[in-house]
Amino acid sequence: MAMEKVELNVVYERPESLTTTTTHYCPGCTHGTAHRLVAEVLDEMGIREKAIGVAPVGCSVFAYDYFNHDFVEAAHGRAPAMATGIKRVRPENTVYTYQGDGDLASIGMAEIIHAAIRGENITVIFINNAIYGMTGGQMAPTTLPGMKTTSSPLGRDVEVSGYPIRMAEMLSTIDGASYVVRQSLHDAAHIRKSKKAIRRAFEVQEHGLGFAIVELLSSCPTNWGITPAEALHFVRDKMVPYFPLDDYKVIPEVAKLKV
Amino acid sequence: MAKELLKGNEAFAEAAVRAGVEGFFGYPITPASEFLEYMAKRMPALGRAFLQAESEIAAIHMVYGAACAGKRTLTATSGPGVSLMSEALSYIAGTEVPAVVVNVMRGGPGLGNIAPSQSDYNQMVKGGGHGDYYPIVLAPATVQEAIDYITLAFDLADKYLSLVYIVVDGNLGQMMEPAELPPMRELRKVPPEWAVSGAKDRDPNILTSIYIDPPDEEVTNIRLLKRWLEVEKNEIRYKEYELDDADIAVISFGVAGRVCLSAVKTAREEGVKVGLFRPITLAPFPRQAIEDLSKRVKRILVVEMNSGMMLQDVKQAVAGRVPIEYYGRMGGVTPFPEEVLDEIRRVNENDEEIPDGMERVQWLERLEERIARGE
Amino acid sequence: MEKSIIISGFGGQGTLFAGQVLAYAALDAGKHVTWIPSYGPEMRGGTARCTVTISDEEIGSPLTRNPSAVIAMNLPSLDRYERLMQPGGLMLANASLINREMDRTDVRGIYIPAARMAEAIGNPRLTNMIMVGALLASEKILPLDVVKKSLKEHLPARHQKTLPLNFEAMDQGAAFVKDAVVA
Repeated sequence: MAMEKVELNVVYERPESLTTTTTHYCPGCTHGTAHRLVAEVLDEMGIREKAIGVAPVGCSVFAYDYFNHDFVEAAHGRAPAMATGIKRVRPENTVYTYQGDGDLASIGMAEIIHAAIRGENITVIFINNAIYGMTGGQMAPTTLPGMKTTSSPLGRDVEVSGYPIRMAEMLSTIDGASYVVRQSLHDAAHIRKSKKAIRRAFEVQEHGLGFAIVELLSSCPTNWGITPAEALHFVRDKMVPYFPLDDYKVIPEVAKLKV
Repeated sequence: MAKELLKGNEAFAEAAVRAGVEGFFGYPITPASEFLEYMAKRMPALGRAFLQAESEIAAIHMVYGAACAGKRTLTATSGPGVSLMSEALSYIAGTEVPAVVVNVMRGGPGLGNIAPSQSDYNQMVKGGGHGDYYPIVLAPATVQEAIDYITLAFDLADKYLSLVYIVVDGNLGQMMEPAELPPMRELRKVPPEWAVSGAKDRDPNILTSIYIDPPDEEVTNIRLLKRWLEVEKNEIRYKEYELDDADIAVISFGVAGRVCLSAVKTAREEGVKVGLFRPITLAPFPRQAIEDLSKRVKRILVVEMNSGMMLQDVKQAVAGRVPIEYYGRMGGVTPFPEEVLDEIRRVNENDEEIPDGMERVQWLERLEERIARGE
Repeated sequence: MEKSIIISGFGGQGTLFAGQVLAYAALDAGKHVTWIPSYGPEMRGGTARCTVTISDEEIGSPLTRNPSAVIAMNLPSLDRYERLMQPGGLMLANASLINREMDRTDVRGIYIPAARMAEAIGNPRLTNMIMVGALLASEKILPLDVVKKSLKEHLPARHQKTLPLNFEAMDQGAAFVKDAVVA
């Protein structure tokens, strides 16, 4: 009996911009989702072959193992400076940083602010999960008030440690920043919006329009000590109210870009 | 090209430009700011990258990025800036990418002052950043040497995938001296195969200093050390003056070395058999040459603009064969040739043994007397 | 032969430039030369000073404690270097601003009313060139015409129109010294 030919529609495949390496991320962590969104955008824009990523220190320190393009590994917090060095001598390449909240909003605060001030023509993917993941769940600059971490065992005391920093809002006040948004990875609808924001952020760079940053609210079930599903609910119910999702800055030239 | 009267810092910057620097990243600091200011005019005019960073930390991480991108790159700073840069310097060493740093040294520790000094010897030669690595350190003493060695620094950095430091002091940065600049080199057209330039028609290049498994890091350490041993074998440089028949060898580097040269010449006129050994590579240190020297001379005088940092390396090379004396000025004070001449005369008369460690005790006594005389 | 010359005065008296004129001329005459300004906090105090060393051989130290010649543009400079000069050295003092002669007898002192002479030529800023002319007439460092030629070659185009006055100032400085020696 002859085999009947069946037409198969591809509904899901690995983007070329990702390698086949299995990630080391914990179950329920949204880093994998963010990686995939970036990779899909690089593929769709056809810029994988000129992309140079800058990995941070944090859980995504090994991001370069998962992306199938050139990558460098920065010191903690310095990714925007390193990306600046690369972009200034290789303006023809697409340069982006991928940073967590400890990296970008604590030790690397000066570097991210000044990259924005200069209107550096780079793209920044900022993963905000309100905790230091790699070092074992310590308090981050974005840890919510009262939130328990290994270094705030009684909950973040704002009298002692101050309040969480809202990076997107702050960066949007800087003249050099062209595109500043906050999105979230807690459900499919928001993941789609996140991808659109990432796409726009890379289009900003490709059009030479300057500094673009996408802040993505993310989950860390392991260090939050809850299940993956509970973690996504925590993002939705606790983080989104403190870190509202919005397009904080879209200069007119960026608004005109078709995405 | 004929010799021109060139100002130190500007000549060093132009030498870097002609060596093919495509990215300069810096932060203002006296006495190195003229380097930055020169680059601010010169680099954009050539269509090359210049950026005043928000801090020395950011500046050197920009250098790190540009180095990973396969472009010749450098920064110029002073000791306090190097302290801040130590983080990235270690990363650059660990990633095995070439970069050049010029340190126009000033008096310290702390904020110190802006006067010429050699107090960063340990910082530059013995490391400063964390981990197991060895930078090459060049110490020119004239404007011409600085031009020549900045040019060489980029070649050495590329050849050994290494950090190369140029240490000078404010005297050399500020002075004018006839010198000749090399012709402009053509810029690299094809990036080195290891550089990040976009993974087109090849596998991705990953540049990192992380080796999470200790055996992998050990293999890296072995590679770095082997490369360094090659540097030690091939790249030692120094200059000798009037040492053929010398009883006394003065050992001194940089501007202190040329101050000593004046004193040596005058002492020779007085009939003292004295010569000068001037290390140019502080790392690799000319250990063997100094060991050989210590078998020929009767006494050694080390002169520095610090508290006796290179002295320790000289002592190791001499290994007690002959007495070593020390003379130095600190805090941003440059010794005059007249004081070194006094020291040579005194050493010439002295035939006493100097117990280990006493050379600095005895020096401090003499120094404090000299300061009390208002010198 | 090695000569170390210190030119010292207030900021704005053109001491650094006078030193550079000598340095350029030394270069053009095929000599070894170094020029180094005083640098450090002292600069902020209004003192401007440079050391020029001219030699037939490779120059060691660009700095000297005991100069062989000094141009003192003001009194603090004379006070400082009177005590430091080499025996047999030459002190050229801007007598317009210096109201005393040196106590030391083992050095030569020439007192030139340079600021007043410069004003007479038409520009007080020529004081430094009067002193340079005087130096060259007193010491065998470099021939005056070599220095003039170098000044012409190295002076930026926008300043070329000041050349005749600069030359006049050098000539008057030199003439003053010759007259003083004859007298």
